[in-house]
Amino acid sequence: MESEISKLRQLSSTLGDLSRPDGDATVSQGDTCVTSAVYGPGEVKVTKELLDKATIDVVYKPKSGLPGCAEKLLERTIRNSCETVILGNLHPRSSISITVQEIQNRGSLLSCCINSTCMALLDSGVSMRYLMAAVSCAINDNGGIIMDPNTLQEQSSVAVLTFVFENCNYGVITVSAKGCYTLDQFQQCLSKCRDASKYVFQFFKDSISKKLSKQ
Amino acid sequence: MVDSVGKVVLPGENLTDLLGSDSTFESSAWSRNTTGDRFSDRVKTWFLKFKEPNIYWVDSFQKRYIPQRGDSVIGIITTKAGDVFRVDVGASELATLPYLAFESATKRNRPDVKVGDIVYCKFLVANKDMEPELVCIDGSGKSAGLGVIGRDGGMLLQVPINLVQKVLSPECVLFKTLGKNLKYEVAVGMNGRIWIKCHTVMETIAVANAISVSQHMTNQDIQKMCSQMADSLVGF
Repeated sequence: MESEISKLRQLSSTLGDLSRPDGDATVSQGDTCVTSAVYGPGEVKVTKELLDKATIDVVYKPKSGLPGCAEKLLERTIRNSCETVILGNLHPRSSISITVQEIQNRGSLLSCCINSTCMALLDSGVSMRYLMAAVSCAINDNGGIIMDPNTLQEQSSVAVLTFVFENCNYGVITVSAKGCYTLDQFQQCLSKCRDASKYVFQFFKDSISKKLSKQ
Repeated sequence: MVDSVGKVVLPGENLTDLLGSDSTFESSAWSRNTTGDRFSDRVKTWFLKFKEPNIYWVDSFQKRYIPQRGDSVIGIITTKAGDVFRVDVGASELATLPYLAFESATKRNRPDVKVGDIVYCKFLVANKDMEPELVCIDGSGKSAGLGVIGRDGGMLLQVPINLVQKVLSPECVLFKTLGKNLKYEVAVGMNGRIWIKCHTVMETIAVANAISVSQHMTNQDIQKMCSQMADSLVGF
């Protein structure tokens, strides 16, 4: 596992910087940096109200320009992952709003967004079944696997895969894949990312412990 | 078992490892038992705490209030609707407060409550499936300190929930120490709202600041801070 750890870029985070949201987190994976804020459980419009669980709303804002279809896909992926993880049954007819703001994108954007969303949810105290950790990898021309690719590596690769794991049994919550790859390559990426996700979970625990040690 | 107390536990962690396989779990509001295997999903993040003789519980920190029956909260009247007031308590929906739930209120003798008033009230009904309901009387029909507050001044402060729990606990010396040097009136709502009133505006602001900064302080620090504050108010 040592070689996997060295292949992930440096992870760092700060929690609770913003005063208005119920929970927020800024996570950096190398040079890619994303801030997420969570509001909830709060009021929901009657049209969007769900009778048995909380309505989860994700808004992704790119650094520049108006949000387009790619941003909507990102929102959808993050929302589907959150719906698995958040115990919405405890807050029916409420809404949990998550805003994700891109600060800088230098590769592995989806995994950075999901990691920062998970930390923001932890900071806000919303009830969760388990944590989620996202790890990205890219497959280049000669079949080699690059963990946590940066922008150049992503652009020159044949396929980019992002896996999201939970910390009970390290099962897969979400898979997002782009490009051409074989079944073998998929399995290899899955097992490498699963090993790397343990490092991400440990990072979550260390960050929260550091924040709570001030209390 | 003892050394895991005070440790941070996160959602998804298996508690049976920490607590030993001979302990049985009672479900609390924050944990669930699944498959009867004494495996508990930790649903919130937080410190594992221990109380003699055999209760472990998980202490959490959050800003958002979730209504609990029996909690005393400070609400703000937002509208009148038929026979009830709609009150904002900082939860996910507005709570209702019936006209008749005030001391000596009858259908003919309506209570003197206007939109925008601050009320100190208690939750009668508070669960996830029903609209929360508040009352300003206790079981015997007396107000017992509940009702409209703040008509003649004061300041309403919003703080995180864990700070409210800290200042209300018997070990915290904040209110006692403040009371040695200042005359003040305070109403503490479990929804993170605190209403403060002193003789002068400066004293009110000083008490508000003292409460906010005591979030990360130990009892000793609180006592030092209060005496410094009292000195500066007098003019030293």
